[in-house]
Amino acid sequence: MIKTDVLVIGGGPAGLAAAIEAHKNGAKVILIERESRLGGILKQCIHDGFGLVRFEEKLSGPEYAERFIDEFRELHIEALLLTFVTKVQKTESGFVATVVNRDGVMDIEAKSLILATGCRERTAKQVFIHGTRPAGVFTAGTAQHFTNLLGELPTKKCVILGSGDIGLIMARRLTLEGAKVLGVYEVKPTPSGLTRNIHQCLNDFDIPLHLSHTVTRVFGVDRLEGVEVAKVDENMRAIPGTEEYIECDALILSVGLIPENEIAENLGVEIDPKTKGPKCDASLMTSVPGIFSCGNALHVNDLVDYVSESGETAGRSAALFSGKERKMASVIPGDKILYIVPQKLDTLSVGSETVVYFRSKEVYDDSIFRITVDGETVFEKKYAFLRPPEMEKVIVDFSKCGLSENSKISAEIEVTVK
Amino acid sequence: MSTREMVCITCPRGCTMQVEQFDGAIKVTGNFCKRGEQFAVNELTMPMRTICSTVKTSFPESPVLPCRVSKDIPKDKIFDVMNEINRVVVTERISRGDVIIKNVLGLDADVISTSDLLRKGE
Repeated sequence: MIKTDVLVIGGGPAGLAAAIEAHKNGAKVILIERESRLGGILKQCIHDGFGLVRFEEKLSGPEYAERFIDEFRELHIEALLLTFVTKVQKTESGFVATVVNRDGVMDIEAKSLILATGCRERTAKQVFIHGTRPAGVFTAGTAQHFTNLLGELPTKKCVILGSGDIGLIMARRLTLEGAKVLGVYEVKPTPSGLTRNIHQCLNDFDIPLHLSHTVTRVFGVDRLEGVEVAKVDENMRAIPGTEEYIECDALILSVGLIPENEIAENLGVEIDPKTKGPKCDASLMTSVPGIFSCGNALHVNDLVDYVSESGETAGRSAALFSGKERKMASVIPGDKILYIVPQKLDTLSVGSETVVYFRSKEVYDDSIFRITVDGETVFEKKYAFLRPPEMEKVIVDFSKCGLSENSKISAEIEVTVK
Repeated sequence: MSTREMVCITCPRGCTMQVEQFDGAIKVTGNFCKRGEQFAVNELTMPMRTICSTVKTSFPESPVLPCRVSKDIPKDKIFDVMNEINRVVVTERISRGDVIIKNVLGLDADVISTSDLLRKGE
């Protein structure tokens, strides 16, 4: 049996950063990647804007990923490519992962495990669309794969459902390659993607954005021939009489991302219903000692810079994992907070610089983000605006508030009226 | 004097800025950093954009190679530059950062590879 200290599952930006950081902290590391190349989804994210926080440069996805891949190779960290994890079991001394690749089936024993499995796109099956089942209904990520990796334009005239960032990026990309994007339809009254993407991907190319609208039906036998769109009410239900038929050959879905945690769930890792990723402490250890989570498997990020950052935290923690006792206290998010990471704090190892990520539930102007411990304010920051698509990061000092298992740690957003 | 709202697209922060124009002068508020001001001035005088795309290759295992312009080009030249990019077929193994089209359309920007996908040994 192959033995290692740290086993990283996933070779995207989170897994790469985790593997590099675990190696730098003295651990023997093996990384498992199911595709033939490292880099994860960044391989097909050819647009720029990556790395502004980390490198203060505007890089494309491949450029950002390859900086980490270059370092990963220089450090001679072992990667098993075209390798798929079929099963992970907990043992007395750690974990045994069963993997399969062209050499056959083998077991790898590891002291700690980093789950960097990224996220998956919500598909047509997960949003309720009536009508036939023709070809031409696919996710924005699939459109991106066809266009940017295979060099095939998957549509000539399309409608995009959902205003997530990948959908917006693909609206621009398909337009540049000569396709006609007839419009982006978003069921919510506010866009899901970053404001700058609304401007540089839609407004720059006169692509209309229809808020509070959805696709109610698809038409076509072999290939999509058209879609029906309608206005929705405040409960997101289509308003009768507002239906409109649009002729198109593709319906592209950008309707959300869900962290991929099948392995975590099978190992009994506790999942946060809000992030849909594992509940973690500040070291990014999950509820199962020795299992760590990072990147989009932990929670869906809008900037890759934070994906790498969480990978590094998980990598460092996994390398230094000793199995010592934890005494956990939960961080309770208020009703204006969509989610907060970490969800728990280990009161036996409280750092003075705990990284906290959060998103607001709705758009709030002039607000205060506050963390209290037993009613005492330990952190406060003012925001001119908070928007759900834009994740916020703060650094909190919990070392002076005498945390114990019984501490009541609350995070809240207070909207201040001018 | 005229005032308009503008969203800076320089970085993902996406500052919403108030841009005032009077007597040929431009005053910008609401920007987090000085790049916002530069963006606003450019938008009102000569809007610039970057292009990221792919070029065809003659390698069957990697039919396209990601590329971008080495610096921003005028917004109204986007589709002209795309036409140039779509005329190229890369037939040699090149590395990340290598020039694919030198000084495209005389705009003082090169089209460069953004991946080591075709590098020897990949």
